[in-house]
Amino acid sequence: MSIEAAIAANRFGLGARPGELDEIDVDPRNWLLEQLHGSSTAAAMPQKLPSSSDVITEVQGVRRAQRDAKNKNEDVVEKYRRVIRRHFIEQSLARYQVAAATDQPFRERLVHFWSNHFAISADKQPIPAIAGLYENEAIRPNITGNFADLLIAVEQHPAMILYLDNQRSIGPDSKLGRLANRRRSDQEFGLNENLAREILELHTLGVDGGYTQEDVTTFAKVITGWSIGGMNDQGRFAEGEPGAFEFRESIHEPGKQRLLGKSYGQKGVRQGEVVLRDLADHPSTARFIASKLGRHFIADAPPEPVVDRLASTYLESGGELSAVYEALVDSPEAWTRPFAKYKSPNDLVVSTFRAFDHAPADGRKVIGGLEILGQVPWRPGSPAGWPDTADEWGGADALYKRIEWTDTVAKLAGRRVNPVELGDEILGSAFSARTRKAVSRAESVQQGMTLLLASPDFQRR
Amino acid sequence: MNMIQRRDFLKAAGLGMTVSSLPGLAFASADTDSRLVLIILRGAVDGLALAAPYGDGNYRKVRGELALPSPGKVDGLLKLDGMFGLHPSLPGLHRDFQNGEALVVHAVASPYRERSHFDGQDVLENGGANTGAVRDGWLNRAIEPLGGSLGNETAIAMAQNTPLVLRGNNSVTSWAPSQLPDAADSTIARLQDLYADDEFFATRLAQALKAQDIAGGMGGESKRGNDAEFLRTMMKFTARFLTAADGPRIAVLEAGGWDTHANQGAATGALANRLSGLDNALSALRSGLGDKWDNTAVAIVTEFGRTVRVNGTRGTDHGMATATLLTGGSVNGGRVIADWPGLASKNLYQDRDLRPTADIRSVFKGILADHLSLPNALLERSVFPDSSAAPKMRDLIRS
Repeated sequence: MSIEAAIAANRFGLGARPGELDEIDVDPRNWLLEQLHGSSTAAAMPQKLPSSSDVITEVQGVRRAQRDAKNKNEDVVEKYRRVIRRHFIEQSLARYQVAAATDQPFRERLVHFWSNHFAISADKQPIPAIAGLYENEAIRPNITGNFADLLIAVEQHPAMILYLDNQRSIGPDSKLGRLANRRRSDQEFGLNENLAREILELHTLGVDGGYTQEDVTTFAKVITGWSIGGMNDQGRFAEGEPGAFEFRESIHEPGKQRLLGKSYGQKGVRQGEVVLRDLADHPSTARFIASKLGRHFIADAPPEPVVDRLASTYLESGGELSAVYEALVDSPEAWTRPFAKYKSPNDLVVSTFRAFDHAPADGRKVIGGLEILGQVPWRPGSPAGWPDTADEWGGADALYKRIEWTDTVAKLAGRRVNPVELGDEILGSAFSARTRKAVSRAESVQQGMTLLLASPDFQRR
Repeated sequence: MNMIQRRDFLKAAGLGMTVSSLPGLAFASADTDSRLVLIILRGAVDGLALAAPYGDGNYRKVRGELALPSPGKVDGLLKLDGMFGLHPSLPGLHRDFQNGEALVVHAVASPYRERSHFDGQDVLENGGANTGAVRDGWLNRAIEPLGGSLGNETAIAMAQNTPLVLRGNNSVTSWAPSQLPDAADSTIARLQDLYADDEFFATRLAQALKAQDIAGGMGGESKRGNDAEFLRTMMKFTARFLTAADGPRIAVLEAGGWDTHANQGAATGALANRLSGLDNALSALRSGLGDKWDNTAVAIVTEFGRTVRVNGTRGTDHGMATATLLTGGSVNGGRVIADWPGLASKNLYQDRDLRPTADIRSVFKGILADHLSLPNALLERSVFPDSSAAPKMRDLIRS
């Protein structure tokens, strides 16, 4: 068994399922690239989930009922929270069922990567109810296409708009903005820079990408009006398909805008789309994406040649992501530095499911495990997403929690599997002699399993 | 400059020198009894709500619906002096202030002058003059002479993962409550053996085991609860660590949720609730520390402040200067330290934010030098490189 098979399965994939290393070993590079070029098998796998616009409409309805209720008893107050929680559990379960079972784990890792790059955080309502739907609707269909299309799909998704408050942002010279100013009630209406700032800082150029505070403010004006349909049941903001992206001319800042040294005279929603396409083409974006991919797949401090190579592939291909992934897979650095990455809790949980060929069936348990390990699904706490370095995940206490968790998993796994054989199956050539010896000398099957799962071999990728 | 080059540059400039290589500085009268708690409030706390300048003639006008009633009125500010009042949700801190054990430094900011949370926190924690200027944390560099060792760390992160301010060459530990059953001792012993030749794992396991010893059983306190309950629990355990015979004496805690872009509220509401949770948590720390409180300084800091004016969504956006609170028996309190820039439009930073007139590094230097007895040379050279513009703030600590 080649070390390349273990690298393909663990570094690029989500950890091997029993028997998978044999398939990969035939041609590890090709095993990865085929996942990119075919269609997504995972897209069809999640159980039938509702659309995000349906869910947004549903939770807004519950919210209104709560507001209008004469008797605000516990049932009414709790219903909102309960409905959101139900969706969150259902979507979390679907995500980890796909990750545990998929035969395109490289592709699925990319879904998780991009979902984290374009992070929304489920600590702000009603994001928990739509975070998984956002991932399936905006991220999943676009990860092998052009970055600009992915970017636009993300920034126009209702989850992103709601998360960064863009539906509240009102152009000062828009029809409604002027009306409000005349009434001197400008406390109620104004520009909100959140989405504009995060697009520049976190989604495209990066913080050192060469933009100013003025660019942020101007860009915020450009995307005023990017909103959601049916925000009220009547009157202002009622129009549009409920819960779906809606461009509202009445709050859009009219006129030409100058941003990053370029003038944008387009009207309506198109102005923002043209800016996004230009941002996607920007060399700072190429470099930012290249370093994030290098950090995720190769090393916490990504080797400069990798970043250079990915960034130039990005620019030469005009942001074609498949070409960038191919350059990544073809990077010798990816194959010569085995196991440089300390797994994130998400990686650890998914690779453990895969190692046991386990199909999770209870979403609450999946969320609970990830919470204990410090990575609740879609809840990084900020639009910067989860960290991607051992410095950030490698606290002493965090390691101790991993040990407790793997020990609990080992107890649940019982005596069904021989841990030495499992180590050979899932780690292949990456199963070190030292770990193998420790596992084989364990005093029980269960202890051997804990040692295997808590070993540096399994905790790194 | 990439990271490697930057490190080389620091070395070449003599900034990467460790304190033990500076003759006469190592272990120079380092205090061993004092305790330091650093609380990082992530998300940018509104300093004008924390300690409101009710005596500034422009305060009510610029703050509009977010202005807090003057001291003595219903839901009024808790009076600090003729100019400033503490938010009404902070009665415990106000008692400390009246006892001379708490002070406010106002119009303070890190050297960072942009408005990204993540970069702002980076600069607050790295101690350098800008983002990425230094790769590790100032508090980690500061503990170099304090003589901690593996299993006997001087500092603890009260979190599963160590925040930047405590990351670096000096060994620190971390702890957070667990809801899982312990692994068997024999399994842990075998893991120690398995990890022995892998420094990353070996170090962390050793640290974690020591922390488990000190924290002891969780009792009924393992449930996370809401943010306020969790912060209170963490303060209780912080006190337990800081009072343990061979425990750490520096602790770092974090609390999020301060990014009040919408519906911030004034005397009541979202921010008031958070502040109330903070005040309760500090009470838990105070009572948990017992006698040790007398030798403790607590610094409560945030990455930057918020806009002076209310935004379109009844909140405030990312701003510049803010307020920092110090409390504890060692603090020379009962006063507000501020070179007040004023709230008139012409006095605002970029016509939107409170203008910084003090550097947070000056506050940190004052605490490290006078509370932990750390040598000035260390503070100037390696803890806060390029910080000559931020001289040590004097008399923050009782002499």
